[in-house]
Amino acid sequence: MGALIEVRSLVKRFGAKIVLRQLNFSVEAGEFVALLGPNGAGKTTFLRILASLARPSMGEVWVAGFRLPQQAANVRRRLGVVSHQPLLYGDLSAEENLRFYGRMYAVKPLESRIDEVLELVGLAARRRDLVRTFSRGMQQRLAIGRAILHDPDVLLLDEPHTGLDQDACDMLDGVLRQIAAQGRTVVMTSHDLARVEDLASRFDVLTGGRITATQPAHGLARDGLLAFYRQALEAQRSLRGAVQ
Amino acid sequence: MSGLTPFLSAMGAVIWKDLRAEWRSREVISAMLVFALLVILIFNFALDLQPNVRAGISSGVLWVTLAFAGTLGLNRSMAVEKDRGCLDGLLLAPVDRAAIYLGKAFANLLFMLLVALIVLPVYGILYNTNLIIPGLLLVIFLGSEGYVAVGTLLASMAVQARTRDILLPILLFPVAVPVVVSAVKATGGFLAGLAWEEIQPWFTLLVVYDVIFTSVAFMVFDSVVEE
Ligand SMILES: Nc1ncnc2c1ncn2[C@@H]1O[C@H](COP(=O)(O)OP(=O)(O)OP(=O)(O)O)[C@@H](O)[C@H]1O
Ligand SMILES: [Mg+2]
Repeated sequence: MGALIEVRSLVKRFGAKIVLRQLNFSVEAGEFVALLGPNGAGKTTFLRILASLARPSMGEVWVAGFRLPQQAANVRRRLGVVSHQPLLYGDLSAEENLRFYGRMYAVKPLESRIDEVLELVGLAARRRDLVRTFSRGMQQRLAIGRAILHDPDVLLLDEPHTGLDQDACDMLDGVLRQIAAQGRTVVMTSHDLARVEDLASRFDVLTGGRITATQPAHGLARDGLLAFYRQALEAQRSLRGAVQ
Repeated sequence: MSGLTPFLSAMGAVIWKDLRAEWRSREVISAMLVFALLVILIFNFALDLQPNVRAGISSGVLWVTLAFAGTLGLNRSMAVEKDRGCLDGLLLAPVDRAAIYLGKAFANLLFMLLVALIVLPVYGILYNTNLIIPGLLLVIFLGSEGYVAVGTLLASMAVQARTRDILLPILLFPVAVPVVVSAVKATGGFLAGLAWEEIQPWFTLLVVYDVIFTSVAFMVFDSVVEE
């Protein structure tokens, strides 16, 4: 089992609706994968399965050598997740939210790590304010802080740039670069190429319930990436046309 | 031993978080309390009965009040978890999910007992009965424990559905019947001043159901909360 994330013939069904059909996916340790795809392609569904929040209907999912969902407990400690929702408590302050999650992850020493993370996401001045009083972007900043609090090996991010201003985007990119430089593994979904082109080491396109195209970043110029993505979407469209 | 410390620490974190948030918002307690006080007030006027008849129905009224208020509290406490996706945050944590369940259930039990603690004296004054009897207080505790044990589990199922506000009572009331009935009977026994021998069967039943409900919920929580 060489790859850090290994997915074979993954199927995810919601009732009669099949969202992922025989998806194969593999990520080596240290890779930074940008998962691209149109709305409703199943990116969130896929990430939720990798995060052990949803069960596969069929197929095999391995993370760090552990099988999901059977060995999920072993995987969770090593995962950091930024999802569509901030996963924060409105009636707790920023630092209290981190303190709570820090205790759930048994982070030690907790208080200095909280200071560090709040500084990093630029919320040190608002640490005592309740999250319900935070703007969307500030909640997203804290959500990022929550995800990296326990220093995870694998970071799963679902459109993490949503709602962030330019400053916060730069902060997030900085955090992601730092994490990537430490040899951590990142899978990040997006439909905004401009956001991910400088970060990712590989681009995968999810359409029609499977990974239909994959492209390493190195040597790829900006126009090349755009052309690659267009091509992948176009191929899917003509495929669907042919089926109908 | 080494497995117990992280378990307790996670459970403690969940309890701390719930109490802290509740201390700020007082959302759960105030909703339960207002509702409970209204119910006993309405019963007080609606059942304009003779004192001896009143004594006979007191335990029923009391438990109807607690059960409905409890449902309200359980729904609120789970809705908080759904609000900003926090339930996912809990499920992502590398802890035994039974610890999450026990933490939530413990906090819910505290809220319910706190409401009972305020309702009892008010009830005693309105209905002119003394409810502060040690045995009765124990029944309140055991009844609430059983109710909250199964209620916390069902609330975490119901919260996934769009119709959770109606779904929880529909799921919970039929399941909780044994707990509520034995609690009503035991409470009635203490209020009527019956001998311990007459109360004891209901009391034992209550304890048995508490143990069953708590351990079943403890075991199945993990499989209930996942998609
Ligand atoms: N719980 C669910 N029940 C039923 N269908 C679902 C559920 N979750 C997702 N789906 C369906 O699965 C498909 C993929 O959804 P998903 O959220 O994974 O897409 P996405 O690629 O993340 O889209 P976006 O770019 O808009 O975030 C959609 O058609 C959606 O309707
Ligand atoms: Mg999505």
